[in-house]
Amino acid sequence: MPRADFQPVIGLEVHAQLLTRTKLFSRASTSFGAEPNANTLPLCLALPGSLPVLNAAVVELAIRTGLALDCTVNEVSEWSRKHYFYADLPKGFQITQYEHPICEHGGLDVALPGGDKRIRISRIHIEEDAGKSVHDGAAGASLIDLNRAGTPLLEIVSEPDLRSAEEAAEYLRTLRGVLLALGVNDGNLEEGSFRCDANVSVMRHGATAYGTRVELKNLNSFRFVQAAIEVEIDRHVELIESGGAVEQETRLYDPDRNETKAMRSKEDAHDYRYFPEPDLPPLVVSAEAIAAARAALPELPRAKQRRYVSALGLSEADARFLTQEPGSSAFFEAVLQHYRGEAKKAANWMTGELARLRNASGEGRVTPGALAELLTAVDQGRISSNAAKEVLGVVHQSGEAPSAVIAARGLEQVSDTGAIEKVVDEVLAKNAADVAAYRGGNQKLLGHFMGQVMKAMKGKGNPQLASELLKKKLGG
Amino acid sequence: MAAVTELTLSALSLELEAGRVSSVEATRGCLDRIAALDGQVKAFLAVDPAQALASAAASDARRAQGKRLGPLDGVPLGLKDLFCTTDFPTTAGSKILEGYRAPFDATVVARLRAAGAVFLGKQNLDQFGMGSSTEHSGAFPSHNPYALDRTPGGSSGGSAAALAARFCFGALGTDTGGSIRQPAALTNTVGLKPTYGRLSRSGVVAYASSLDCPGPMARTARDVAMLYQATAGADPDDSTSLRQALPPLTLDAGVKGLRIGLPAEYFGGGIEPEVEALVRACAQALERQGASLVPVSLPHTRFALPTYYLLACAEASSNLARYDGVRYGPRAAGATSLKDLYEKTRSAFFGDEVKRRLLLGTFALSAGYYDAYYRKAQRARTVIARDFTQAFGQVDLLLGPTSPAPAWRLGEKLEDPLRMYQMDALTLPASLAGLPAASVPAGFTAQGLPVGAQLIGPAFEEARVLQAAVALETAHPWHQKAPVL
Repeated sequence: MPRADFQPVIGLEVHAQLLTRTKLFSRASTSFGAEPNANTLPLCLALPGSLPVLNAAVVELAIRTGLALDCTVNEVSEWSRKHYFYADLPKGFQITQYEHPICEHGGLDVALPGGDKRIRISRIHIEEDAGKSVHDGAAGASLIDLNRAGTPLLEIVSEPDLRSAEEAAEYLRTLRGVLLALGVNDGNLEEGSFRCDANVSVMRHGATAYGTRVELKNLNSFRFVQAAIEVEIDRHVELIESGGAVEQETRLYDPDRNETKAMRSKEDAHDYRYFPEPDLPPLVVSAEAIAAARAALPELPRAKQRRYVSALGLSEADARFLTQEPGSSAFFEAVLQHYRGEAKKAANWMTGELARLRNASGEGRVTPGALAELLTAVDQGRISSNAAKEVLGVVHQSGEAPSAVIAARGLEQVSDTGAIEKVVDEVLAKNAADVAAYRGGNQKLLGHFMGQVMKAMKGKGNPQLASELLKKKLGG
Repeated sequence: MAAVTELTLSALSLELEAGRVSSVEATRGCLDRIAALDGQVKAFLAVDPAQALASAAASDARRAQGKRLGPLDGVPLGLKDLFCTTDFPTTAGSKILEGYRAPFDATVVARLRAAGAVFLGKQNLDQFGMGSSTEHSGAFPSHNPYALDRTPGGSSGGSAAALAARFCFGALGTDTGGSIRQPAALTNTVGLKPTYGRLSRSGVVAYASSLDCPGPMARTARDVAMLYQATAGADPDDSTSLRQALPPLTLDAGVKGLRIGLPAEYFGGGIEPEVEALVRACAQALERQGASLVPVSLPHTRFALPTYYLLACAEASSNLARYDGVRYGPRAAGATSLKDLYEKTRSAFFGDEVKRRLLLGTFALSAGYYDAYYRKAQRARTVIARDFTQAFGQVDLLLGPTSPAPAWRLGEKLEDPLRMYQMDALTLPASLAGLPAASVPAGFTAQGLPVGAQLIGPAFEEARVLQAAVALETAHPWHQKAPVL
């Protein structure tokens, strides 16, 4: 088992697109899906004489993220230019932060099977995105779309604290949850607004020095992140075991073949010629702005999970499910605003029937108020659990009020004791022989009587009341 | 009355105000002179008579209705072709921007436009502002109106030549290491390099961002002051523009009681004796008006040249990366790959001096050399700036030559870049320190070549610099001596 002899060491670099209306250094829109090159101003096209002007909203989101990830927010940070020539990098350089990033020395607690593990975050910096090149082989041309050029990104760099592909994936999920809760990023891996590169190496257990690391790119789903790291670890172990050596390089993951391919060796690495951006003064953040951002931080997913478990009695699994997306926890907490029953019951419905409906046919039209109304109706015995599922399905599609659906479908249970008693009496009178058998010891016949009662009431009788009345009469 | 083009900008403004001269007359006067003489001077890259006359007529119409916009309304001006303009091509004097039309005006151009100024056209320069003679223009060299076989200086040489030749009443130039002051000195005109950040760089084609200063040029200090007032001040589109309000000008306050420092390093070694003598005469003129002269030292002056060429070239190598033939400007034919397209386009359309500086700057920033060159140059810049801070602890202004020599013959230094670079030795320190500095006429050599004196002030003290400049030109009205063309 050679692989067991090795300890994988993984660090992740996440690029998260910030949710601002305009770009990092210009008033051009960041809206998605515009005509190619429609969202461009002189700076996005690097026209002569255009200058960058910092979008203050970006700084606020960066501070918020830094604080949520336990970072030191530097009161003074610095912009740098990173140079390389490419057609979708119009200025010939990217404005980023290099020697002095806005946030440093943070960490993120990740829930792992063995308990929480703190993954250190070495730095968070702000930078601008490049445009997009589309290579049209047929026309023999490359097309450039600069709509994305200048979109603000946060680069969040972890220390090499992750020890397996699973840990890496879990760290990513947790980080994504935090960014979603902060409202700074939309968490969309497929569309590339949340991107990840992984630095992977292996070392023998007990070794003190890290092995040679490889940077993996093109990891645009949680599944790919995990799979790519797995195959890369295997590749390193095989190389080392067969007497070879890992080379420092950048590799691309190919999900179709589940393998990584060399993209760029260390020798081919760009010389980015970083130097401080002379068009922008240092970024100065006041202590007051940091304090204000700290005071305005929302409750983060891990804290919410702990609260749901300890204060609301939810299972760890349900708590995690409900805090993955801020929409879920907000929905859940809104249900509790209207629903006076057990929180656990609301959670069960959200993680169960509602999740099933949403998986099957999308977000749907159930509001927190509707779910609360429905749960209350069940608790009050006005409808059965089965009827409630039916109602939820209808509300999910149509957005009608549960009460209207219950009335229209005639699903309301009869909980009038007198009415039920009358039917019970009739059923028992009609089945005198069975009554005698029951009283003689054949207790199984209770189900038979229940069936008769429910049938006579067309399924609307409150089963609990009916059962109680039957037992009372039969016992008498 | 003498030809309208002999008027200074301030005098023309008063004539316009009084209705004794129309803007159309003044503009036509300039256009006629340009048509007659610019074949010899070669100051302009582009002139648009129809458009200039139309804006002049509009100005006259405003004045007729009593709606004059201000003292610059109707005044014909030129612009160094480093300023983006919507109504003229903007080429930076380089083939790589041939045919380029900017979709927006530079902030300072927009301010002049709003003040009613008439733009005659765009003026020649060393491409991207890289040069001291206009010989590095992608179009042609300009000629010094006082000696047509000589350079008018650079890089704002076209603007300086046009002013000396009475083609326009004022101009906007840019000064990165002396590009306003040095050509002013060589052409008997006045140029002000304001404090870094005082005039917006938005819409100015960048050469070295941390040094580039747009500034006014004219034939007198008063004229320069008028242009300065109309263009200076904070601009939200330039993050490095100064936010402070402009202090009021004090042009007529004189120099009585001012302590004028004469830096030892600006006199003596490397300075032509005739230049030194004329500048010392300026110092004495100020002393006669009540200023006191104080010997001072700026001990790190000799490091300014290497420091400047490292920093400016490093920034240029970055700022000029965008000229790649992809989005605008000409594109070289026959490229087989993206890299090939870049190489062919940049090789074909950048001039040699630009290439030299891009290579130098790229090297200075490259891995393994950054600390030895770029970082060390940044430290040297700080030390050079500290020289000034210490000097301004003892004096109110500094006075010295602008250029170590008067105008040289075209072609004379073209094959020796280092000798050419040395012509900037006395303007570079104030650029590195970001200080306001002006060049004012100091007289003529025996050969009849103009010499300029440089006044350097502490940061934000443009008013003090201009006040001393006015005192000098009052004592010695050299500007009245026009060239014979």
